[in-house]
Amino acid sequence: MAILEVRNIVKNFDKLKVLKDISFDVEQGQVVAIIGPSGSGKSTLLRCINQLERADGGEITVDGTRMFYTDKEKGRVVYASKKELREIRLKIGLVFQNFNLFPHQSVMKNITGAPIHVLKMPKDEARKKADELLEKMGLVGKENSYPCELSGGQQQRVSIARALALNPKILFFDEPTSALDPELTGEILKVIKELAKEKMTMVIVTHEMAFARDVANHVIFMDDGYIVEEGSPEELFGNTQNERTKQFLARFKN
Amino acid sequence: MDWESIKKVTGILLEYLPNTLKLFAVTLLLSIPVGMVVTLLKKCRFKPVAWLTNLYILIMRGTPLMLQIIVVYYAVPMMKASMERDGSQGFFSNFIKNIDTRSDSYMFTALCIAFVLNYAAYFAEIFRGGVDSIPKGQYEAASMLGMTRMQTFFRIILPQVTKRVIPATSNEVITLIKDTSLANIIAYAEITMKAKQQMNTYSSIVPLFIVGIFYFVMNAVVTVAFAVIEKKFNYYR
Repeated sequence: MAILEVRNIVKNFDKLKVLKDISFDVEQGQVVAIIGPSGSGKSTLLRCINQLERADGGEITVDGTRMFYTDKEKGRVVYASKKELREIRLKIGLVFQNFNLFPHQSVMKNITGAPIHVLKMPKDEARKKADELLEKMGLVGKENSYPCELSGGQQQRVSIARALALNPKILFFDEPTSALDPELTGEILKVIKELAKEKMTMVIVTHEMAFARDVANHVIFMDDGYIVEEGSPEELFGNTQNERTKQFLARFKN
Repeated sequence: MDWESIKKVTGILLEYLPNTLKLFAVTLLLSIPVGMVVTLLKKCRFKPVAWLTNLYILIMRGTPLMLQIIVVYYAVPMMKASMERDGSQGFFSNFIKNIDTRSDSYMFTALCIAFVLNYAAYFAEIFRGGVDSIPKGQYEAASMLGMTRMQTFFRIILPQVTKRVIPATSNEVITLIKDTSLANIIAYAEITMKAKQQMNTYSSIVPLFIVGIFYFVMNAVVTVAFAVIEKKFNYYR
C-alpha cells in the first residue's frame, strides 16, 4: 500500500482552477520530485496535502488514514475529524521555501519546541534528539545561535532538522532552494541525499532540474493543473516522448 | 520669584507628585491587559462582537479624553440625582445611591475608568497592528508542527508581537504621562493643578516651568527605560 495516495484532487481559487485532476501515489522510501513551470499548481498541491489549503474535490490518504474524500451525492469535500487530521499532520513534515524559522527562538528551541510541547517528550530526550539532528545537518555548535545569525543554507538545514524532530513518515519540501544563493543549494542537496540513503520518504517541489535528476527516483511533471507525465528521472529527462515535457526541459538544456 | 519660593513650590509639587504617578501607574498596568483583550474581541469570529469593539475604539479615539473624564465623573452623580427624584429601588439603584461621589476614592476611580478605557483603545490598535505584522508563514510553520491555536499564539506570535510594539508603546506611555494633567479638569490634586494654584499664589509663571521640568524628567526616565527594553529584544531581528 502506498504511504500517500492522492486521487483526483481539484482546487480552485475563486474562478481560477489551479488543480484540475491530480492523482499519484508515493511509496514508502520513495523520493519524488515534482517539477513544472511557475503557476502549474505544484505548491498548491503540496499545500493541499499538508492541510494548509482545503481541497475542492478528490481524496487523499496518508499512511492508511483518509484525510478527506468527496461526497459524490452532496458534491462536496468531507474532511476527517479534527483528531485524525492532527494525527495525519504529525506524520507529515514540511520544509518551506522561506524556512519560516521562529526568529525569537534559538536553533535548539526551534527544534525542540514541538517535540516538548506537542509530543510531550521529556526535555533532555528532545535535546538529545536535536543534537543528533544538528550533527547530521552539519550544524554542530550552532544550537545557541538565532536564525538571523545563520546563512540561508544553514537556516534551511535548521528547518529540516525541526521537521525531522517530530519523526515524520513523509517529508515535503516546497522549493527548498529557491530562496538560496546558487552556491548554497549544494548543501541542501547533500542533506536530502543523505536522508534518501536512510530511506526517508520525501516529496520535493523544485525548480532545480539537476536537483530533481540527482536525488529523485520518481519525477512528476505538472503543467496547468494536470500531471502531464511521470516516471523515473531517466525516462523523463532522458527520452521523453511528450511534446510539452520536451518543450519545458529544452529551456534547461542550455 | 526668589530662590526660596522656587524651593517651596518644588516641595509642594513633589508632595503631590504621587497623585500623578498613581494615576499613571494604574492606567498603565490596567490598560495594557485590557487592550490585549480588546484586540482579541476585535478579532472575534462572531461578527457583532467585533463590530461593537470597533465602535468602542472609534468613540474612544474619536472624542477628547478630557470630555470622557467629565462624562465618567459626572455620570454617577447625575444618575444618583435622577434616581433619588424617581425614588427608584432595586440592586443597581441602591448601589449607585450608596456611592459617595464627594469622596477622593470616587474621583480617583472615575479617573482610572476614563483613562483605562481610553488608553486600552489605543493599545488595542497597537497590538492589532503588531499581530497583523507577523508573517503568515509563522502560523503555517507552527501548525505544521502540530501546535494548537493557543500554543501558536503564546509561544510563537505573542513574543514576536511584543518586540514589534515596543516603539509604539513607548510613544503611548510618554503621552500618558502628559495626559495625567487632564485630571485637573475635575480638580484632582495632581501636579499641573497644584502648579496653577502656585502660579496664582505667587502671581508668577515660574511654577508652570517647574512643573514642566517635572514632566520632562519623568519622560526622560521613560525614554531611557524603553531604550533599555528595546536593546534587550535586540538579540534577534
